[in-house]
Amino acid sequence: MSRTTVNGAPADLAPGTTVADLVATRCASPRGVAVALNGEVVPRSTWGSTALATGDDIEIVTAAAGG
Amino acid sequence: MPDATPADPFVLAGTELPSRLLLGTGGMRSPESLAAALVASGTAVATVAVRRVDPGTRHSLVDLLEGLGIRILPNTAGCFTAADAVLTARLAREAFHTDWVKLEVIGDDRTLLPDPIELVDAAEQLVDDGFVVLPYCGDDPVVARRLEQVGCAAVMPLGAPIGSGLGIRNPHNIELIVGEATVPVILDAGIGTASDACLAMELGCSAVLVASAVTRAEDPARMAAAMRHAVAAGRGARLAGRITPRFVAEASSDFAGLIGDTPLREGA
Repeated sequence: MSRTTVNGAPADLAPGTTVADLVATRCASPRGVAVALNGEVVPRSTWGSTALATGDDIEIVTAAAGG
Repeated sequence: MPDATPADPFVLAGTELPSRLLLGTGGMRSPESLAAALVASGTAVATVAVRRVDPGTRHSLVDLLEGLGIRILPNTAGCFTAADAVLTARLAREAFHTDWVKLEVIGDDRTLLPDPIELVDAAEQLVDDGFVVLPYCGDDPVVARRLEQVGCAAVMPLGAPIGSGLGIRNPHNIELIVGEATVPVILDAGIGTASDACLAMELGCSAVLVASAVTRAEDPARMAAAMRHAVAAGRGARLAGRITPRFVAEASSDFAGLIGDTPLREGA
């Protein structure tokens, strides 16, 4: 079984962890944050109902200074 | 001296913007100096990149821009494929509640020149997905035409490579793009100093996007103000209709009445 990764790094997530749970542990505020699960955007409205599974590839992004 | 007025509005994707100067936020030394430069520039639109969250970051760029009333224009900087750029744009839409995207698909990591094949592909996908696509492109008039044909809301040709400060290396191509485009042309990348921004506007560009020239200047706020004046001056000059360049002089003082003049003398 492949490892779960969050922003490219291996992560151990408790069973039943949702996208909303994960964002809460990684971000001071969910404002200006977006999440991709296995290459697809997870709409904010479904963060609370989207449970993560072992092997998922999760990207959590926000704004950074850039041209 | 405003550069966009009710009589000469700057309309981008149906939205009237109060300034023809767009600012990039990359390269600034501190949030405070970024804020000072944004205010001095008079801009209404600033670009941001989309990156993985960094738990160590305390300040919020989103809060800073929203606090200043500046519209966030997310970019897809760093993407080398259409697929990555499309996903990044979709993440940005979700994060910042905007369907505007400055589309960048880079084809070479040394020059950071755009990959026109991937760019047109990504632009088409994003237009189909409802995005307002503002593509960073080379100064090739044919690529600009293709981008407009797939539904981009503007074209953003480079003057020179990103961050190079080399100015507008091929003003003739920029004029060709301006001459054909029916969407706004926004000169993006390569601006080094105020005269470059002024030239872009004189060539007929609708707006200019400046990042490094301001953020990496010794005094960013002062350079931002200079850029603001340059854009307004260039726009004014464009609308005023410049004189046709000549290879020889054309006297601006009438020779009639010159002392020692004789009726047979002709003006030079």
